[in-house]
Amino acid sequence: MTARMLDKRMSAGDIVAQLSDGMTIGIGGWGPRRKPMALVREILRSDLKDLTVVAYGGADVGMLCAAGKVRKLVFAFVSLDAIPLEPWFRKARESGALEVLELDEGMFQWGLKAAAFGLPFLPTRVGLGTDLAELGGLKTVQSPYDDAETLIAMPALKLDAALIHVNRSDWRGNVQVFGPDIYYDEWFARAAAKSFVSCEELVDRMEDHYPDNAAANVFERCFVSGVVEMPCGAHPSSMPPHYGWDMKAFKAYADSARDPGDWDAVKDRFVGATEAEYLANIGGKEAVTGLPLPIF
Amino acid sequence: MSNSTLVDLCIVACSEAFRDNGEIVATGVGPVPRLAAGLAKLTHTPELMMTDGEAYLVEQPVPLGPRKYDDRKPAGHLPFSRFFDSAVWSGRRHAMVTPTQLDRFGQINLSYMGGTYQKPKTQMLGVRGFPGNTIYHPNSFFFPAHGPRVFVPEVDMISGVGYNPSKRTPGGNFSAVDLRVIVTNLCVMDFAGPENAIRVVSLHPGVTFDEVQAATGFELAQAGTMTETAMPSTEALEVIAALDPHNIRASVIKDNPPAVRAA
Repeated sequence: MTARMLDKRMSAGDIVAQLSDGMTIGIGGWGPRRKPMALVREILRSDLKDLTVVAYGGADVGMLCAAGKVRKLVFAFVSLDAIPLEPWFRKARESGALEVLELDEGMFQWGLKAAAFGLPFLPTRVGLGTDLAELGGLKTVQSPYDDAETLIAMPALKLDAALIHVNRSDWRGNVQVFGPDIYYDEWFARAAAKSFVSCEELVDRMEDHYPDNAAANVFERCFVSGVVEMPCGAHPSSMPPHYGWDMKAFKAYADSARDPGDWDAVKDRFVGATEAEYLANIGGKEAVTGLPLPIF
Repeated sequence: MSNSTLVDLCIVACSEAFRDNGEIVATGVGPVPRLAAGLAKLTHTPELMMTDGEAYLVEQPVPLGPRKYDDRKPAGHLPFSRFFDSAVWSGRRHAMVTPTQLDRFGQINLSYMGGTYQKPKTQMLGVRGFPGNTIYHPNSFFFPAHGPRVFVPEVDMISGVGYNPSKRTPGGNFSAVDLRVIVTNLCVMDFAGPENAIRVVSLHPGVTFDEVQAATGFELAQAGTMTETAMPSTEALEVIAALDPHNIRASVIKDNPPAVRAA
């Protein structure tokens, strides 16, 4: 007799159905890299609203802001690298529509770590001497030791849910993450009450397919609540080693923010009615996997 | 070399900021700072560490512009996922960057200009890693267009720590705040004036102090002996050309002028 096997497979729609209005949602990746864009598009197809989004932002943040899904944004930057200023994010900021907490990149990951460890805050020097603490309402603490140093108490960035795109997963949520840099995806996973993972490749049992790559299991399956196979799910962001970013797509997206810059008029091009339609519109899987890895 | 361009002169001046820095990560963001870090490593300071701009440490600086993805030769690994542990919060880094504004205290801004935090007139990148960089490790700056919109009396949003006494939180440890050099298309400056005032150290050929002062939104100090910024050597020019085979640097300073102004 065999024991019941854990099976966390879901559809993208099932994942979004697990989210609710007003939630704090962390989005993995970094700028135009490793973004769970297929799950973001699924949110854009839904009625979800009033979200607090926590992200090292790229087009994920820009699109969610453009669509009016974001009540509050926790960020250190929003950028598409070669297009430094994310135009839809700029529009949202300059309209005054967003509540924000602006953080240094290092403080941001420190806040995720505080949340992961169940701590109210972690101390840091970062933020002292700048406007961040005052603008963000960040408080200080004093070291109880002889040094008596005053430090910023970086509050935990507790997430109701995290969305992450990985290279591989199995049905149980054993992920494998490749590429030169995994950014802070593992800390998004640990900082969240529930993490949902989309992947380029889904297998039933990781140990039967890729046992030699277990070192790429950068966060453990206890931090994964649901998995969905979504090849090309990071497009137009990069997903090494499978594909690079689609700068042409980013450029079209950025250009569409200019006058009148009406998201409702252009969203079909960048979201699509379904993920299959989106993928077909951009030329299918072959077009995405043919995108060269970016050179710096 | 008397036929040098101004941008080459600036690259050489920027590279001096990294001289004898030791085994730290030299980060140059943008073509001129990046070429400067590469030039420093390939000439006077080989012990410098640097990345390929992505996640790998390289011992041979990676040239600018199009090349094959695998042309870099990684010697080590320093991804963003370890960057704060290994480079920033350990103080083992010197970054040279180009913020949108810099004020008389050396405070920098790349977050927003005008309006309010709630409703900025012009939203820019966000503070990125500048608050951490400036409290933990040395920083220098390059500006291709020295002007009063860049050098302002006080920045709109303090995104990086400077020497402003009113922003020194009591009990805070500011001992690692270390602003080094500012190179512009007009001059080289440092922070060694009275109470860390910004001070002109050398003027590029044909530039006067009055011209620099007129292009700056606050009062500048002068070094005891202001010199003329050194011209690039033939060796330096060869290294720069090899690191920038597509001549991307030619587009950095308006009209790509010669180092010595036409009379």
